[in-house]
Amino acid sequence: MKKYVLDLTVVSVERIHARYVLIRLTDTKPLPDMLPGQFVEVRVDGSPSTFLRRPISINYVDRAKNQLWLLVATVGEGTKTLATLQPGAVLNCVLPLGNGFTPAVSGQRVLLIGGGVGVAPLLYMGAQMREQCIEPTFLLGARTQEDLLMLDEFKKYGRVFVTTEDGSAGEKGFVTNHSILQQEQFDRISTCGPTPMMKAVARLAREKGIDCEVSLENLMACGLGACLCCVEKTIEGNLCVCKEGPVFNINRLLWQS
Amino acid sequence: MAKLNVKIGALQLKNPVMTASGTFGYGLEFADFMPLDGIGGIIVKGTTLNPREGNDYPRMAETAQGMLNCVGLQNKGVDYFCTHIYPQIKDIDTNMIVNVSGSSPEDYAECAARIDALEQIPAVELNISCPNVKDGGMAFGVTCAGAASVVKAVRQRYHKTLIVKLSPNVTDITEIARAVEAEGADAVSLINTLMGMAIDIEKRKPLLSIRTGGLSGPAVKPVALRMVWQVAKAVGIPVVGLGGISCAKDAIEFLMAGATAIEIGTANFLDPAISIKVRDGIEAWLDSHGCQSVEDIIGVID
Repeated sequence: MKKYVLDLTVVSVERIHARYVLIRLTDTKPLPDMLPGQFVEVRVDGSPSTFLRRPISINYVDRAKNQLWLLVATVGEGTKTLATLQPGAVLNCVLPLGNGFTPAVSGQRVLLIGGGVGVAPLLYMGAQMREQCIEPTFLLGARTQEDLLMLDEFKKYGRVFVTTEDGSAGEKGFVTNHSILQQEQFDRISTCGPTPMMKAVARLAREKGIDCEVSLENLMACGLGACLCCVEKTIEGNLCVCKEGPVFNINRLLWQS
Repeated sequence: MAKLNVKIGALQLKNPVMTASGTFGYGLEFADFMPLDGIGGIIVKGTTLNPREGNDYPRMAETAQGMLNCVGLQNKGVDYFCTHIYPQIKDIDTNMIVNVSGSSPEDYAECAARIDALEQIPAVELNISCPNVKDGGMAFGVTCAGAASVVKAVRQRYHKTLIVKLSPNVTDITEIARAVEAEGADAVSLINTLMGMAIDIEKRKPLLSIRTGGLSGPAVKPVALRMVWQVAKAVGIPVVGLGGISCAKDAIEFLMAGATAIEIGTANFLDPAISIKVRDGIEAWLDSHGCQSVEDIIGVID
């Protein structure tokens, strides 16, 4: 897929949680093709301590409105600066990067498991599946009810199941404890979230013999496979998460040990 | 329009802008963003005789106006390069230069000899300055005898343009430069990264897997510029300048300090089209200042 450097225009920055903002971007030209699970490297202007671009997963692409959505966790100086962008401001983006999730095929029962800000790319994945008339099942985990992000958006595209650690919404516990995993059969799991969560999902998938892919979040510099900083150990040696991933089938990773 | 072409030994460059090893992949990764044949050369990822897995993750830490890396020369070895990568890059219409590293003078020489056989690789850059590997790398580049031993071994088996990339982690870089010139290097390039460190104070642990790494980016530019100026005065062979170059103005500073050509490194991560912009910016500056040729400004600083 052809990659671009684009000066996108900020439509809105919506504070959806104490730690998260939803940034909607647009362009005068139609946005390029982007796949669910791919990401964007954004340049953070106006933050002296932020030197490198920040990799942010594609949350959703609204073709009708020609908008790209980025769900950003405001954790450091760079992402906090992004949260202060005003409508009309320019955000310089390199996109689309990485490989993306494996597209679902008709008749496949796909479970999309997300945790924390890791739910972000699953929205676009679910929306694309829906467009192909394949209903996704979402299983979303968070600490508490108020940490569950964008539930109304997810509900537009498929069934949504929820776990919270304190039991304030959905089933109490972790995503891997949810009863849906006992009640129904799935052909594939695609997951994105904190590494311990993804490792637990991978273990469960392996036990049940379900095909499983995970979206990794290693620290990156170039985003293009040039600097070899973001590597993950795989059965094929160290691979760049930015280029060979961020989505990997668990059979390629060395997570068993 | 000012003339931009320069020569490094027998190597003709259409303009003085190249990309630094380890920051531009094999060039192909950047083909969507800029015309690869628009710059004077592309120095591809460090290549060794045998495959190397590199160091453990994490290999990178962001610092003030720069970054540390300890990649550690991850590459699939020279034979893989010759059979799988060379066919993909050989027809890019610019100087495709291979950065060569090793853990003994014999390794360097053997690796360079195999690249000598590749018709469309007109030069190698010998990396005697990688700070991130235990065996070889910078160990050779920090003494005159070590640097000379590698260049001597390679010179016997490599017959095209030989550029030697120097480490700034030395007391007097001009001595090393003179030592490699005496063994037949056609040019020197400098600086490789400055050895550095960063610590996560909450975890009380280094941010890099092997504790230390190489610092690059705008933070190192004044140091690099000073060293380029010193070395250009000390040797008779061309100097290729690099270290934190992020724009045409930076590049022109290096040319004025005595560099015949320059390399762009970390800035490729911030703007994947930066090298062609620097080329265009140098041309525009020369034109607006009435220069006929880039050679008019090379080494103008006493």
